[in-house]
Amino acid sequence: MNDNRPKQTDRQVLRVDNLRIEVKTDAGPGPVLVDDVSFTLCKGEVLGLIGESGAGKSTIGLASMVYTRSGCYITGGKIVFLDNDLRELNSDQRRNTRGVKIAYIAQSAAASFNPALTIYEQVCEVAVRHGLMNFADAKREAIKLFRELELPNPDTFGDRYPHQVSGGQLQRAMAAMAMVAKPDLLIFDEPTTALDVTTQVEVLASFRKLIREHGTAALYITHDLAVVAQIADRIMVLRHGKMVELGDATQILQHPTQEYTQKLVAERVAASTHEFVESDESGEALLKIDRVSASYRTLVKVINGVTLDIRRGDTVAVVGESGSGKSTLARILVGLLPREEGDIRFAGESLPPRLKDRSKDQLRRIQMIYQMPDVALNPQQTLLEIIGRPVSFYFNKSGDQVRQRVTELLRQIDLPESFITRRPGELSGGQKQRVSIARALAAEPELIICDEVTSALDPLVAEEILRLLKRLQDELGVAYMFITHDLGTVKRIANKVAVMLKGQLVAFGPTPKVFAPPFHPYTELLLSSVPEMRADWLDEVLAKRRQLV
Amino acid sequence: MFKLISQRVALGLLTLLLASALIFLGVEALPGDLASKLLANNATPENLAALRLELGLDRPMLVRYWEWLSHMLQGDFGASLSNKRAIIGDLGPRALNTFFLAGYAAVIAVPLAVALGIIAAIRQGGIFDRLVNVVTLFSISVPEFFIGYVLVMLLAVKIRLFPVLSNVTPDTDFMQRLYLTFLPMATMVMVVVAHMMRMTRASVLAVMASPYIEMAILKGLPKWRIVVQHALPNALAPILNVVALNLAYLIVGVVVVEVVFVYPGMGQWIVDSVSKKDLPVVQACGMIFAAVFITLNILADVLAIISNPRLRHPR
Repeated sequence: MNDNRPKQTDRQVLRVDNLRIEVKTDAGPGPVLVDDVSFTLCKGEVLGLIGESGAGKSTIGLASMVYTRSGCYITGGKIVFLDNDLRELNSDQRRNTRGVKIAYIAQSAAASFNPALTIYEQVCEVAVRHGLMNFADAKREAIKLFRELELPNPDTFGDRYPHQVSGGQLQRAMAAMAMVAKPDLLIFDEPTTALDVTTQVEVLASFRKLIREHGTAALYITHDLAVVAQIADRIMVLRHGKMVELGDATQILQHPTQEYTQKLVAERVAASTHEFVESDESGEALLKIDRVSASYRTLVKVINGVTLDIRRGDTVAVVGESGSGKSTLARILVGLLPREEGDIRFAGESLPPRLKDRSKDQLRRIQMIYQMPDVALNPQQTLLEIIGRPVSFYFNKSGDQVRQRVTELLRQIDLPESFITRRPGELSGGQKQRVSIARALAAEPELIICDEVTSALDPLVAEEILRLLKRLQDELGVAYMFITHDLGTVKRIANKVAVMLKGQLVAFGPTPKVFAPPFHPYTELLLSSVPEMRADWLDEVLAKRRQLV
Repeated sequence: MFKLISQRVALGLLTLLLASALIFLGVEALPGDLASKLLANNATPENLAALRLELGLDRPMLVRYWEWLSHMLQGDFGASLSNKRAIIGDLGPRALNTFFLAGYAAVIAVPLAVALGIIAAIRQGGIFDRLVNVVTLFSISVPEFFIGYVLVMLLAVKIRLFPVLSNVTPDTDFMQRLYLTFLPMATMVMVVVAHMMRMTRASVLAVMASPYIEMAILKGLPKWRIVVQHALPNALAPILNVVALNLAYLIVGVVVVEVVFVYPGMGQWIVDSVSKKDLPVVQACGMIFAAVFITLNILADVLAIISNPRLRHPR
């Protein structure tokens, strides 16, 4: 250590000054993605970048490696890494910084691992190609990291191809890939967002252990305040590419000074402390699912003997990890996947297993809303066509009547009448999801199946959609089957909850009952895995799990 | 994976069977039968009836189809009408000539096309990329006989580098053959390279948009390594398919090129036989072409299946 230099700069790994990133198209300059953002990062420190989608978090993360996605350009500011301004390096020097000194961990390991190469080839590549180690040494280093990250069979794990290991394991393998060249800075870009909550806990713990033991500086990008609370020392809140607030993690999470941060924090607190919705048993029976089983061409049942019932006005949440059969259950209900055993009775009559055997009226009474409005709405059609289609299909209405009904529906979902001529591309994510809701309502259904309808949305927008759904239920008396992996949403909206595990129903009943002791062990695991904003939450959970084992 | 591959092979055999039926029916549907063609001007009703009986043409179509097919499976393609010789005797050397020319063109065209495609993808939007695109677009748009004649005019007439005609005999030695068939080979290379090169470029570029390519960039790998090691293996399936299609074209589509250069291959023979109404020869050549086409396509399918790591290494 050189004592002549001030300590602060001695430990400084990254300094970003007045960073500006813009979109440039052939037609001229586009929107400004990042505007006047500055921060510093010291050795061993973790800075959390928080914000909604479009806030510029990932763009800043990538810019720290002087990389921008196609069409985006860094137009101003300095990115000083150790002692060099990265923007002044030539392309070979930049290349020799990437992966070696600054490494990136992406949101989806499944997409970021090359399916054609083994895990070893990809993990060792950085060190080998940059001439830091030979393949055998890199492999030894990789095995060491696999062991640190608690991957199964660390000695042979790398021989496998990405599709042969689970999502959580692959996400940890990506951390190994980033660490193999012993970088000074790690960029985590929403690294646990694509994982199930139960897996997220373990992966988060591995990441934190890795950062602490190696003393690496890290940028941790996420939209989840509770996740960032577990790992970050300081937090920067971003909105529309501008910095809202930068401060100590505890200060930001407990005493936010800016209104926007306060709103974000309040929303997150509300999500975890919300009172249970009281269960109302007065409604008449609407849907009875009786010992239903089904499979996809194979002998393994994806849904096995599920029994549950929904009353009018109910909101039944179906929760479970990915692969637990939540969406499959919905597909069976609407007839996309024919059930093989059991019975489904809707308002007293048995529904034919297959979609094509159902009457128009049977189809009308159950509608569905999907996770991704972008995929579920035809981009070539106007809202009149999208929402008007079920009106004319189910009720044989004339052109004028359809238009009138669509206008009425737009009013119900709080969109201006003038939107009737717009196409989905001209709407925001939240507005698109509203249109999906209107399309479902147009059929005047008695049951709406909502498949992860808020998971692709930012928290504040999701909150509005939930409120809209609740209001529509009060007005129209429609029942919801609400498929979700977010337990906060469940507490807020559902009066009943069904917990699924590997195609079977492990718990079903009024939410306050299912979510209170005595729990089914799996329900307890799920509940305890939901991150909380307390900084010591992760330690507590880990300690508790260790006791159980 | 074994199941998938055997499915493909079975489907290929079925396609070949259908093709044989089509070829047979196509010839059946022509006005006048074999007997009337054989007799030509001597076709009195009595002669015709006698010959039909002798040739077995009075029997039901299905029986004759079966006979034709089963003989062919044993290597007996019947006799030519024009010279009365067994077709198989003439077919052998001609098929070899065609395969030689196709192989010659393929050995040069496939590596050239894939390499050009990869370089164009690496230098996307650069001068090289644009130049290659324009040249290949031109060579796709121009018919092959025209390219052939232009090459003859430039390289055989203006500068007397190569012969105008590709006269090979069974005794011509290998080096001499390579020299004599240079111009038809060059013509065919120009026709097929464009297609394969554009497909290679397009499928490599499509893969270049994947998140794992961004990851490779963020690992600081050089561009050529990203393209060759990370993008190419994932772009193989469409490239293999277009290569197979073009290899098949090299054999089946050579008809015109062989005629232009008077090269004694199957293409020239089929054109001759059509004009002489020598139907058994046309049928035999048609079957060989169909078999080659289908085999190459199955081969491409099988290789594409093998190139998929998910199928090669199941969970």
